[in-house]
Amino acid sequence: MDCDKCGKPAKVHLTQLVGGQVKKVALCNECAAQSGVTDPTGFALADMLLGDGTVGKTPSVLPPKPSVSKGRSCPECGFTLEDLKRIRRFGCGNCYVAFRDEVNDMIRGMHKGATHCGKVPDGLMEMRQRKLRLTELRERLDHAISAENYEEAAGLRDEIRQIEVALEETEP
Amino acid sequence: MKHPADWMTGKGADNAVVLTSRIRLARNLANVPFPGWAKKGQRQEVLEELLPCVEALDCMKDGFSKPLESLSSVQKQVMVERHLISREHAARGEGSAVVIERRQSISVMINEEDHLRMQSIRPGLDLTAAYETLSEFDDEVAGAVEYAFDPALGYLTTCPTNLGTGMRASSMLHLPALVISDQIGQVLQAVNKIGLAVRGIFGEGTESLGNLFQISNQSTLGESEATILRRLERVIAQVAKHERNAREKLLEDDPDMVCDKIGRGYGVLKHAWIIDSKEALNHLSLLRLGGDLGFLPGETVALCDELLMEIQPAHLQVHNGSKLSPEERDAIRAEIIRSRLQTLQPPDIRFIKKTGGEDDTSPDLGIA
Repeated sequence: MDCDKCGKPAKVHLTQLVGGQVKKVALCNECAAQSGVTDPTGFALADMLLGDGTVGKTPSVLPPKPSVSKGRSCPECGFTLEDLKRIRRFGCGNCYVAFRDEVNDMIRGMHKGATHCGKVPDGLMEMRQRKLRLTELRERLDHAISAENYEEAAGLRDEIRQIEVALEETEP
Repeated sequence: MKHPADWMTGKGADNAVVLTSRIRLARNLANVPFPGWAKKGQRQEVLEELLPCVEALDCMKDGFSKPLESLSSVQKQVMVERHLISREHAARGEGSAVVIERRQSISVMINEEDHLRMQSIRPGLDLTAAYETLSEFDDEVAGAVEYAFDPALGYLTTCPTNLGTGMRASSMLHLPALVISDQIGQVLQAVNKIGLAVRGIFGEGTESLGNLFQISNQSTLGESEATILRRLERVIAQVAKHERNAREKLLEDDPDMVCDKIGRGYGVLKHAWIIDSKEALNHLSLLRLGGDLGFLPGETVALCDELLMEIQPAHLQVHNGSKLSPEERDAIRAEIIRSRLQTLQPPDIRFIKKTGGEDDTSPDLGIA
């Protein structure tokens, strides 16, 4: 593969998932050094090259790499199952939900147990429960409206409003 | 940074065996990629959200707060040597910051492996108090931002080894008598079997320099903070008791040999003109033991603790005010030690005291 900047044989290859699409940059040693790429494994460097298009000759969209695109990815941050297997670290908190089965496999034997029984951030549990209730009520409201059950819909709307106000008051 | 931290001088704590207790909590913001996966702009946003919030906390008034890129490599290295930031954090630049409380007992790393790594250090064995201080600090931060938290998995961290409580608790122990009497392997194996990690400090891997060892929890999920701390404190107290017993036994069995070792350490440190850090740490360890056993004045222990910190490479460069080659460092290290030990009289076997080691009637670690 040739360098994306000057066409010489490429030595440094960077791959990143941006918006669900795999982007790849290939650079020769000189162009890599010029761009400040000293550690090809660092995510920050991939960001620098791919993130905001500041590097002139970097193609904005690159063909997906089959081995990477096959794997599952976190819907929130784009972190893939392959990334997880490779670095055994996660991309964001939501990865723990996206890769729940893999998480369970990983933490087996790593810890004394599999369920948290320590500290809980103040107010967070209550806030989470309210948010879950809100999602449920909104779904019920949609059903009530489509079923033209306006009396129930009015009641649901009042309850939703109450929770929304409470959340606004407690949200950090 | 010009002054030693409170915990370094060991004031107000019986720290002849347990030098320090340290708690670290890992926390992340909800719905933002972790630092290693975040884009540069996202990391910057996290920094802009967290930095003012940490700086505004009461205990951080008059504290030290700097973005990492504004610090020189020597300044960062000094913080690493004082255990205020990690080596990994020191390697980071733009988008990361460090905030340190005035007395250097609480430090916060922003955008290390996790968005927040908060740490509290105290002298002696005092893990629970160190945790309580840090937990209050954590509550204040949690009042201003939303943490990534899952009811079943606890605090969500970049690495699953920190999942749950996000807490790593550790103590630094000085165990020269267990090393001299060849019992250290047995003790460390027993501690490992209980599921705690042991590593040497000031050295790579598990190599121990200066007979200093760090014991910490490995598991962070499935137990409460209080349970983890209780077990750790119990085991550390047991190891300390074994060390005290070993010190007493050495004095009973062969006081000449102990005095000889301490005397040799004293001789080298007092008269060396060139000394590398490994040799210095090992001899300072013996001097520290001499202070505790009464061969040398009691204040020798605190003096050794200050020297343990002062003779490290970055501290030496700050002391000297310029960059030093390894050879220059070895000469300045020897000079500092000589000048600090100038008035210290040689160890004398006539003054040894009984250490008052307790009988170990319930050896939880299974060591006779």
